[in-house]
Parts: sequence; structure tokens; C-alpha cells
Amino acid sequence: MTETLASPVAAAPVRAVRVRPERSVASAVVLTLYILFLLLPIYWLVNMSLKTNSEILGGFSLWPRNPTLANYLTILTDPSWYMGYVNSLIYVLLNTVISVTVALPAAYAFSRYSFLGDKHLFFWLLTNRMAPPAVFALPFFQLYSAVGLFDTHIAVALAHCLFNVPLAVWILEGFMRGVPREIDETAYIDGYSFPRFFARIFMPLIASGIGVAAFFCFMFSWVELLLSRTLTSTEAKPIAATMTRTVSASGLDWGVLAAAGVLTIIPGALVIWFVRNYIAKGFALGRV
Amino acid sequence: MAQITLQNLAHSYLPNPKGEDDYALKQLDHDWTDGEAYALLGGSGCGKTTLLNIISGLIRPSRGRILFDGRDVTDAPTAQRNIAQVFQFPVVYDTLTVRDNLAFPLRNRGLPAAQVAQRVQAVARMLGLEEMLPRRARGLTADAKQKISLGRGMVRQDVNAILFDEPLTVIDPHMKWELRTQLKALHREFGHTMIYVTHDQTEALTFASRVVVMHEGRVVQIGTPQELFERPAHTFVGYFIGSPGMNLLPARVEGDRAHIDESGTIALGRGYGGLGGRIEIGVRPEFARLSAHEGLPVVIRRIEDVGRHRIVRADLGGRPINIVASEDEPIGPDMTRVVFDPAHVGVYADGWRVEGSPR
Amino acid sequence: MNKPINNRAWFLVLPVLVLVAFSAVIPLMTVVNYSVQDTFGDNEFFWNGIYWFDDLLHSERMWNALGRQILFSAIVLLIEVPLGIFIALHMPKKGFWSSVCLVLMALPLLIPFNVVGTIWQIFGRVDIGLLGRALAGLGLDFNYTQDVIDAWVIIVVMDVWHWTSLIALLAYAGLRSIPDAYYQAAKIDQASRWAVFRYIELPKMRGVLVIAVLLRFMDSFMIYTEPFVVTGGGPGNATTFLSIDLVKMALGQFDLGPAAAFSIMYFLIILLVSWAFYTVMTNLDREEGPQ
Repeated sequence: MTETLASPVAAAPVRAVRVRPERSVASAVVLTLYILFLLLPIYWLVNMSLKTNSEILGGFSLWPRNPTLANYLTILTDPSWYMGYVNSLIYVLLNTVISVTVALPAAYAFSRYSFLGDKHLFFWLLTNRMAPPAVFALPFFQLYSAVGLFDTHIAVALAHCLFNVPLAVWILEGFMRGVPREIDETAYIDGYSFPRFFARIFMPLIASGIGVAAFFCFMFSWVELLLSRTLTSTEAKPIAATMTRTVSASGLDWGVLAAAGVLTIIPGALVIWFVRNYIAKGFALGRV
Repeated sequence: MAQITLQNLAHSYLPNPKGEDDYALKQLDHDWTDGEAYALLGGSGCGKTTLLNIISGLIRPSRGRILFDGRDVTDAPTAQRNIAQVFQFPVVYDTLTVRDNLAFPLRNRGLPAAQVAQRVQAVARMLGLEEMLPRRARGLTADAKQKISLGRGMVRQDVNAILFDEPLTVIDPHMKWELRTQLKALHREFGHTMIYVTHDQTEALTFASRVVVMHEGRVVQIGTPQELFERPAHTFVGYFIGSPGMNLLPARVEGDRAHIDESGTIALGRGYGGLGGRIEIGVRPEFARLSAHEGLPVVIRRIEDVGRHRIVRADLGGRPINIVASEDEPIGPDMTRVVFDPAHVGVYADGWRVEGSPR
Repeated sequence: MNKPINNRAWFLVLPVLVLVAFSAVIPLMTVVNYSVQDTFGDNEFFWNGIYWFDDLLHSERMWNALGRQILFSAIVLLIEVPLGIFIALHMPKKGFWSSVCLVLMALPLLIPFNVVGTIWQIFGRVDIGLLGRALAGLGLDFNYTQDVIDAWVIIVVMDVWHWTSLIALLAYAGLRSIPDAYYQAAKIDQASRWAVFRYIELPKMRGVLVIAVLLRFMDSFMIYTEPFVVTGGGPGNATTFLSIDLVKMALGQFDLGPAAAFSIMYFLIILLVSWAFYTVMTNLDREEGPQ
């Protein structure tokens, strides 16, 4: 795809290609409607999180009449609530670090060398991304109980490696293929050892790829619930599982539930904000 | 086919251009004669692609008008101008066959199928693409793809002009020459108006009958290759065209004499009076020769043999100067002076050529 | 690209291999083990052959869940893929607003699955939800806990809400890689908007669209948490998809043997469909590629 690679050069001189105004208006309308569709349910959650439970059940209103932060206060002062966030963040970060760390050398091997069984291995790795978590829930439960890791953060982090490691290998391999092999050869000629070359020269070159891989690992680990709930009971219980607790309380405290939901959106929103300039490139998975 | 007229044309990418510097393309008036082959030559960022895109209608100029055969098309969209354009990187419709690629512009205009087939066949024959017709365009070589994009322009019989935007950039060196020759042959045979943008002087000089040299958003000279060589209208033309480029020396000009700092005085072919601004004299290396006893003193630094002739790199009063010497002309150790051919010494005030009066 | 052969590269792959083997192979072996054994409790198992598989193939429950699953994945793909492409075509190419669009659109992708479920569970309720209330206001009798159609509608709309952005972002990434010259050439050739889409944009997006469709197929086929939170698989079994049924069987009723056999079939179906899809697409590529 040489023409694709060279496109910025070709595209540069034409900055003022005319866009017919009626078309950009139509685009704006389409996008606005779509984003409205995306945001409306989230708005409703925020709206409810700012109401008391009696206001929610007492009457219907489009915005909180008496905005209150009481629901958030409940969560942020009760360890059984806020530890859920801490637990989630711990295992998500653990998983991201583990996934990217082990995926880096493997992706390098796939992108640079052919070796016995490499194609089969790569495909086998990808099949793990296709494994339904529901299939693994019970065996994981038994496996981690057997090795005494049940209800620990590391258990969830390792379990999520099942689908995140293949994904990280896949993304990183795409980015690494874009780095010419001459760079490796030059470094070896200059007397770099493999680890030093990898850390000093190669990793900075694929920094954006590492960022993208980390983003996807974070994303899939953060949103997964089935495995993380199955593998924990109290000590490492994720926030998403804690939320189901409100259901069993006398009636349902919708306000607290909504507030907890809003708080789970925030880490994701922060991560997106930091990587916003790489999203488009990241979703290309390094291989368009 | 049509004559293309540019009137008071200027373009800026800024919404409210203030000074001259804000314009990517400075004011320009020019007629592109029907059926002529032009080259637009200049370095990167000189405005040549902007000018091309204005002619093709991809950009609307900030000022001025464009006329095709006297009809104002300034506001007409690209599709209505009937121009064809070949881009720097081959643009083909990957999933279509070569045949469908060539037929694409005709089908979009709703031509009857029989006529489309006949035109496609004719153009394929012209370009030597006949054998590729049933193949998919994806996976063809870059030069074949460029031929297809050229063919998409040529299938339309009513095409007003064919524009080329550095079309040989991604072509293999040995194919470049072949493709360029083919372009010239097509031009001779069918007489389309062609405008060829390039930064390569060889491409420009061999392809075009008239070359438009651009520099910093301005057209500095329009002329035949010979005119550009012998009488560059601007020091940029002198420097940009020729290998090596024209020698430029700051000088003081009085009548038909030029005084070059400490080095001495030379004769000029014409008389000049009342010059203002920064004065330089320009002389091409081809019109300078080494001598043992006449002319200005130089120090020879290096002699390069480039095959057909030799280039003498020398130093004149602390300034580098190039001299072209023929292969069979001996260069002795006593040849420490340079002589300029007075008829080919140009005088430049603030970069622009000054026409002197005959003596 | 010709890569040098170097079997020592295995050492670089080793960590991944060990890790994935630990979290995939061992559990999978447990599953296989269960699938061919039966127990009367007390951790005593005996060989049961292919009884569970045979049983499964004659189980109406499994076939129904599979049918619902295929219907769901098909509906969701048919809505999300065209809609995602349509949205991507309307996104601004650069500048501040494109960043804003990207960030807002990516938002649903980073919400935990059960919170997605919770959001729609609330949103669709007639008493406290905006959507339920609005539909009731329009005179529609909308109740996703009672009515089968309503339950399907809310789950499909939820999935569209949740995942269309993924397709849109992937398609957008594909669109951004198209050089401007293609659009200019299309203008010169007087191509219609449809022709531009059909002959320029769609072919250039195909690579990412294959990835998008594969991802969406796999994930929609494995869906568990979101519909479980909203409908719990009901009303009746109307929204009990494969994963929900499996978890019910394995963790709810502890029918380990049938559940294990179920798991293996489930996994095999996904592998088979993904493999078939992938092979067909890459073969198409090869046909069109250089000979």
C-alpha cells in the first residue's frame, strides 16, 4: 500500500477543497442525532444519581429538582463501596501491565522471524480472543481455588489475560511490522545487545502502538464482569459486582445505583480523553 | 479543447489575506494557448499545485477569473470543466477492472454502452493497455496505474485540457523516460492542451514546448526551453535551470561595462543606464571559458568530469563560480583567468533581468 | 516480506505461551474432562463417553438458545455495520469537532457491561425511565419485563447504543487513510456520491471492516452481562442467549457434564464461523491481488 503511506505528501497542498454547505449541514444533523442517542441514556443516569431515592420514585422529572450529592457521599464514605473501585483499578492496571509486557517480545518475534509453527501459534492465540468467558467461568473458578488465588487481584488480572494478551500481541505486531528491519540491523552492528536495543531504540519507535495496546487492554479488562465476579468474593470484588448489591437491599436504591454507575464511567472517560488524538489511529489497529 | 485564460488571478489559503505574503499564488494573467504542451516548473511550495488545482476547479481562487474559450468558469465545479488530471500517486479504482476504470467517466456521464466500449478500446490502444483490459486494477504496476488514470482523462473526447501533477514521482527510473516519451507522442498525435507540473527541470524541458517557471507564488518566466536557458528573466530561473546553474556576481554597472569588486571589469553586450537596487550580473557556466592571459583572475578548486564535458569549480574574488569546459579543451596550470561571452552576460536588478539597449 | 527463519524466536514467545496456556489450556482441559464424565456427587467421577454431547444435540433447550443467539447476532450486525459506516461517513475529518466526536462516541465502549445493562434497565422503565415514559406518553404499551418483542427491542437498541461506535471508529480510521487525490479524481470523473462510496470508500475500508465484523460477531455471540442485567433472560426464556443459558447450567444448577459439553460446542461454533468468514475474506483478497 505505498500510495497510502505516502498520502500526507499528496494531500498537503490542497487545503481548501470546497464542501457544499448543504452536505455539511446534513452531516452535522446526522452526527448530532447519533451523539444525542448516545448521551441521552448517560444523561438519565447522571440525572438520577443527583436525586434522592424518594424523588426518583415519587415523581417523574427531566432534571433533579433538588440536586443532591448524597448518593455520591454514600459511595465515597463506605469502604465496601469505594474499595470496589480500588479493586477494579488494581486488577485492570495489573492486567494491562502483564499483557503488554509479555506481548511485546512475542509480537517482536512474530513480526521479525519465521519459526517452527509460528502461523499456527498466532492463530491459536487469536482463538482465545474468541473464547466465550462463560465457557471459562467455572473452570477458572476451580483452577484458581485449587492454586489458592481465589479472591485475589492477580487472579482476575491473569484471567483477563486470556483475551487481552492475544489482542495486545495482534495490535503490537501490526505496529512493529511498520518499523523497517534495517533499524534492528543497524543497532546490532552498532553493538547494542538485544535487551538494550529493545528498550532504548525499539520501544520508543512503537510508543504509540504500546499506548493503543494498553488502551484496549484497559478497556476490555475494565468492562468485563462475568470472570471478575466469578473469581472474587470480598477481598478483590470489583465495583461492577458491588453494584448488584443494591438489588438485594430492602427495595432498590436507584439513586446510589445510578451514582455508582456514573463513577464507573469516569475512569474510561479520562482514558479516552488522554488518548483522543490516537483513537483514530488506534482503531486502525496499525494495519490499515 | 480550449484556450484557458487567467485574469487577475490570485489565491490565498487564508480567509482574509492582508499583505502580499499571505498569497500562496500572487497575481497572475496568462493565456494557455490551445493545443500547447506546458510545464509548470518550480520548487516545492512555489504555488504550482495551487495553480493547477485552480485550473481544474478543485480550488476557487480568492481573486480573479478563469475563462475557457472566453466562457467564465471561475465558479463552475470540476465536473463541468471537462478537464482531466493525473495525480502524483496513481489514482485507480482498485476493485474495478482496467476496462471499467476507463469506462467510469463515460458511464458517469451517461454515454450509450456501444460508444463507451468503442472509446475505451481506442484509448487502450493509444496507451498500450489493451491486454490488461480484463484485469483488475489492483496489483498493477505504478506506471500501468498512471496510464489508466491518464486514460480516464483521455476517453472523454471533449476534454479541454489534461493536467499532470508530478505524474512520474512514483515511477521506476527506466519507465519514467518511456512514459514521458509516450506522453509527447500522444500530444503530437492528438493535440490536447497539456499542463505538466514538476520540480524536475529535465522533465519540464524535455516534455514541454513552453515552460512556466514559478517561484514563491509568482510566475517568474514563461518561455521555450531555449529562452529559459539563454535569457533567464529572473536570477531564480538562471539558478534553477541548468546544471550547474547560472553564475551570479554582484557588480556595479556603468554603460556597457560591469565592475566586479576587486576582480576587474568586463564588457557587456548592451548598454545600461540608471540602474537602481541590488545589481548582479549573471552568466551561465556554458558561456564562460578559462584563459591564460585575458579576463578576470580565478583560483581553480576542483575539476569534475561528468562525461560529455568538465565542470571547473573555481573561486572569483572569494565567490564560487562554475565554468563548463569541453572534453577536448586542455586545462593548463597557467589558465588562471576566466572570460565571459559578452553577448550572454545578463544584468539583474533586484533579481529581475534588465534589458539593455543595443550599443 | 521475507522473514529470516530463527527458531530461537520461540524464547520470545515463551512468556505468552506459558501465560495463555495457564489461563486457557488448563481450564479447557477441565471442560473437556467434565464433558465426558458424570458424577453422583462427592467428587467422584466416572467415564460417560459422548453421552452429554449426544444429549445436547437432542436438547431442545440448546437449539432454542442457539436459534435466539443467531437471530440476535444477525439483527445486531445488520443494524450496526451499515449504521456505523453511515456515521463514519458523516464525521468531520479533522479539527476540534472531530476530537469531540471521537471522545463522545468512544464513551459507551468504556462503560462496564453491567453498567450498560443498568443504564438501559433504568432508561427503559415506564415508571422512572425516560424512554419507557416517553413511549408510554406516545400511547405505546412498552414493558420489556413482560412482552417478548419489547424485551428484544430494548436489548437490540442497547447493543446498537453500546457497539455501533466501535464500527464507526474502525470505519473512520479506514476512511482517513484515503488520500484526497481519490476524491479529486472522482470529481473530475463526475462520479456520483454513491459511486464514490462504492468504488473508493468501501474498497479502502474493507480491511478494517473485516476486523469490525469479526469482532462484533464474536462479541455479540458471547454476550452475557448486558441482557442478563436488563431482562435476566426473560420474559420466560425469550432473551436467554447461549452464555446466559450456559452460566445458568454450570453455576446455577451445577450440571457440570452437560455444561461442559455445551461449552465445547459453543466454542467450536464461534471458531468455525470466524474461521470460515476469515478464510472467505482473505481468499477474496488473494483473487483480487497481484497474480
